[in-house]
Amino acid sequence: MWTVFGCLVPPLLLSVFVFGVQVLFIAAVSVLSCMAVEAASQKMLGRPLTYLDGSAALTGMLLAFVIPPGVPILMPALGAVMAIYIGKHLMGGLGYNIFNPALLARAFLLATFPVAMTSAWLPPITDGAIFTYLSGIDGMTTATPLAVLKDQGMAAFIERFGEPRDIYMSFFLGWRPGCIGETSGLLVVLGGLYLMYRRYITWHIPVSVIGSIAILTWIFGGESLFGGDPLLAVLSGGALLGAFYMATCYVTSPTMRSAQLVYGVGIGALTVLIRLKGGYPEGICYAILLMNPLSPVLDTWFKPKRFAPPLRGEQ
Amino acid sequence: MDLFYLSVSAIFVNNILLAQYLGNCPFLGVSKKLETALGMAMAVVFVTIMAAICTWAVFTYFLKPYGLEFLQTLSFILIIASLVQLVEIIMKKQSRVLYNALGVYLPLITTNCAVMGVALLVARKEYGFIEMLVFSSMSAVGFGLALIVFAGIRERLMISAVPQSLRGTSIALITAGIMALAFIGFQGMA
Repeated sequence: MWTVFGCLVPPLLLSVFVFGVQVLFIAAVSVLSCMAVEAASQKMLGRPLTYLDGSAALTGMLLAFVIPPGVPILMPALGAVMAIYIGKHLMGGLGYNIFNPALLARAFLLATFPVAMTSAWLPPITDGAIFTYLSGIDGMTTATPLAVLKDQGMAAFIERFGEPRDIYMSFFLGWRPGCIGETSGLLVVLGGLYLMYRRYITWHIPVSVIGSIAILTWIFGGESLFGGDPLLAVLSGGALLGAFYMATCYVTSPTMRSAQLVYGVGIGALTVLIRLKGGYPEGICYAILLMNPLSPVLDTWFKPKRFAPPLRGEQ
Repeated sequence: MDLFYLSVSAIFVNNILLAQYLGNCPFLGVSKKLETALGMAMAVVFVTIMAAICTWAVFTYFLKPYGLEFLQTLSFILIIASLVQLVEIIMKKQSRVLYNALGVYLPLITTNCAVMGVALLVARKEYGFIEMLVFSSMSAVGFGLALIVFAGIRERLMISAVPQSLRGTSIALITAGIMALAFIGFQGMA
């Protein structure tokens, strides 16, 4: 767990340079409150205290990664209660949770504080003045690329962020508005590849999620068929973060490899559906939450066929 | 294409269970095991389509021409209840296999508000015959899908260390609430 946590530190540090030092406070509040809620629930439910094993800290970190950098500092603390207490401990504790706790908290915060969660985006800082936003956050909001693309169309998008060809690089490096941890494609992918190298995750889910988002956006995302921009779709929003860190969560994803592919394609398809047709600009959070409850059924359906004859006495 | 959008909307966006909260009693009652959930899902698909056809015909050719729309709730209850009984009797005599497959779930559906809800929605939106057929069957498929998925979750919850006081229906309701939270993601779609 601490290894995964370590993989998430570089994107956070980059985020400090992109959005200012207050993201550190948000991440600290989120991580500490998750660990506190974990300790309190384990104490109350009479379970062994394991709040130092890193799973609560990881949830807190991921929760901080999927909220905008300008939110009030107590919101992640409220999200922590939803994530750890309701999402994890009421379902039976670590290993039994059906939904990804961090995304559950995000969906809860998005439903409870829709204004703060959809307008607290900050424009990236370009001159390295990372203390800019500590005072006067109120006046400094902007819109995320996907929101601009959805509400105002491609023309306004180009006017705001430049030609798609030019912005691939800045999006890949992370200089764009967005949630705290999702902006830097490069660092997220590097962390994910390291996890794959250490065999913490396999390629099945990330590849199927990203592949299906790219292909479906290419086909349906543009004005005409096959007119969308797959690279932009993958680099914007939380697609990479979701594919590498959220969808691959052991507990909430299927175990069988073939089921994992179906699960990943389902996440990608739902993401594109919500992005293109739904009311929200980004859909991967909801897509993962919608596919999470399917994983027990998917595991049942893709159970490998048993070739050995039944043992005696077992009929 | 319109029919395709109608089906997607009926299955996912306006899922009768998780977006409109109709038919919660069978959702909690028969979702303890995957097998019973499958049986219930099949029975609901069957009855919903039958009920929608009958109520649609009565509404379009009898209630509306005579300006009797205020009677729709009452008449739909009567139609659905008698229809289910009739189907059960006929099936018992004619198709024993189907009767055994649907089993106890067929009479249970008499009081399923999802069936009634679909019939009322069809009447309110004044669908034509084909649209009615697509809408009712896809709504029922959405119901069945949610039921089967939920049964999978509950089979898993059964073996997890849920706190003693929350075992059973309580944790099922919490889980259903979280699933409905996830369905907010479809908000804004037609």
